[in-house]
Amino acid sequence: MATTERDVRERDAVRVRRAVPRLRAADTHPVIRPRVRPGAETVVEFRGVSKLYGPGGIGLERATFAVNRQEMVFLVGATGSGKSTIMRLLIKELEPTEGTIRVAGRDLEEIERKKVPYYRRNVGVVFQDFKLLPTRTVYDNIAYALQVTGASRKQIRATLPDILHLTGLSTKLHNYPHQLSGGEQQRVAVARAFAGHPPLLLADEPTGNLDPETSIGIMQLLYRINRAGTTVIVASHDNEMVDRMRRRVIELRRGRIVRDEASGLYGSSDENTGELGDRLRRESK
Amino acid sequence: MKPAFFLKEATRSMRRNAVPSFAALASVLVTTLVLGVFIPVVQATNGAANDIRSRVLVDVDLNPSATNAEVARVKSELKGAPHVKSVQFVSKQQGYNEERKLNPQAFALVGYNPLPDIFRLTPTNPNESGTLRAELDQSSPPGVRLVTDPAIVDVQNRQAQTNTILSATRTIKLTMALLAGLLVFASVLLISNTIRLSLFSRRREVEVMKLVGATDWFIRWPFVLEGLFLGALGGAGAIGLLALAKITLVDPLANTFKLISQPNMIDFRLLVIILMASAIGVSAAGSGLSLRRFLRV
Repeated sequence: MATTERDVRERDAVRVRRAVPRLRAADTHPVIRPRVRPGAETVVEFRGVSKLYGPGGIGLERATFAVNRQEMVFLVGATGSGKSTIMRLLIKELEPTEGTIRVAGRDLEEIERKKVPYYRRNVGVVFQDFKLLPTRTVYDNIAYALQVTGASRKQIRATLPDILHLTGLSTKLHNYPHQLSGGEQQRVAVARAFAGHPPLLLADEPTGNLDPETSIGIMQLLYRINRAGTTVIVASHDNEMVDRMRRRVIELRRGRIVRDEASGLYGSSDENTGELGDRLRRESK
Repeated sequence: MKPAFFLKEATRSMRRNAVPSFAALASVLVTTLVLGVFIPVVQATNGAANDIRSRVLVDVDLNPSATNAEVARVKSELKGAPHVKSVQFVSKQQGYNEERKLNPQAFALVGYNPLPDIFRLTPTNPNESGTLRAELDQSSPPGVRLVTDPAIVDVQNRQAQTNTILSATRTIKLTMALLAGLLVFASVLLISNTIRLSLFSRRREVEVMKLVGATDWFIRWPFVLEGLFLGALGGAGAIGLLALAKITLVDPLANTFKLISQPNMIDFRLLVIILMASAIGVSAAGSGLSLRRFLRV
């Protein structure tokens, strides 16, 4: 009997449900858990946020927007429009010049420098240049994200197969990054970002270095993670791909938000990963 | 903290970054070797300088008509005086024999023994020989003079000779201290620079670790352990070479050269401990501290 997408979705959900309690048990550090109040749906909130890079260098100008739980949002705009600034502000790599950023109800300004690592464990990040550890295998790269939380080898061994299966990396466990294609490396980056099952996943130009077919695979993967319950924010300058995804789009120009719409293109959330892939391929022809 | 994990990380890192690790090891080995040679050299030089300084003496000339009771009284007064380390009685005849050996023609011309009985004093500190002389000299004002005895005729500290000894040995000691300081500074600089270069090539790795939520110490421990291993290996290598040099070169020469066999020369075991501790300490601390700037992500 052929496996339907619904079966796949249910299996993914089971994997996620199985993995999360193991990870929580493994986490021996005072992790800053997102405190989503009952009924509160906002995961990310920017209120009048500006970021200046020295005199005249505007990274972001009075940006105000909110992203709800389980939403998939695309940030679009040309190079230097402020997409990456938003990402870097969200992982506290940068501090805003003014304004307030809240993640899961918590003001990021309140988090002390030494507590930042614990916060970052709840935000998965995928970069355009993958940022993998070159001296580690696929397995070790993904496991590192769990090791930093204090997970034991046994706990990691129990958790990782599900993530590897989800990202299609089960056969590449012992390969080093330089032995993988760009698409495979990006899958490892996604797997590492998702290893701790963060409630928020950020992807900064995740398909920037990839060919169209591989890009579709990565988008399907992010879509699948989003459907499993994770809020996903993707920065991209690939407008065509973003339009085809039919999700909410926030457009930036010179640091300003010029468009924020859950457009009419917003597709049916019932579309499964396979259907999404088929449609993306069809529409890209 | 998970020591086994950090240990595994450190060994993996050394294996995977063999060239920078070898560079760090080599720099530790070379600087430890140089230090290992320099420490005994500084010590021997200082020992020789101190030996020469101990020859700074103060002579107390006695009245030729002083009785044995007066000589004994002066001796006890001198022993009780401050700044006196030791008191040695040199009789008129002993003095004559000593001086005649140094200058036979002059004494042959004189034809008789013009020297008085003396007490030869060693000051507690060679620099205080002038003060000691003033304290004993009967012509000094009462406030300065501490010993008053009619049996004491004159007090001499061989001013010119003393000054030469003191200034020469002071210069040698200062030069050696300066060289030792410079060498230690250069060693620390060389090791920390090599470590910094090795870390610089891995700064992206550190950046990624920070971005996935590793704490500073989670990243730092493997680096500190790696520095510790490399320091220990480099130190052990240098000590091995030093031991070889000691057995094949220094020990056979020790019977011939007094400087090498000086009793105040550093004990080899102590030298090994000092070198090992320095090599490990500088490498481990250097690794941990040099990493600091790359952790600001």
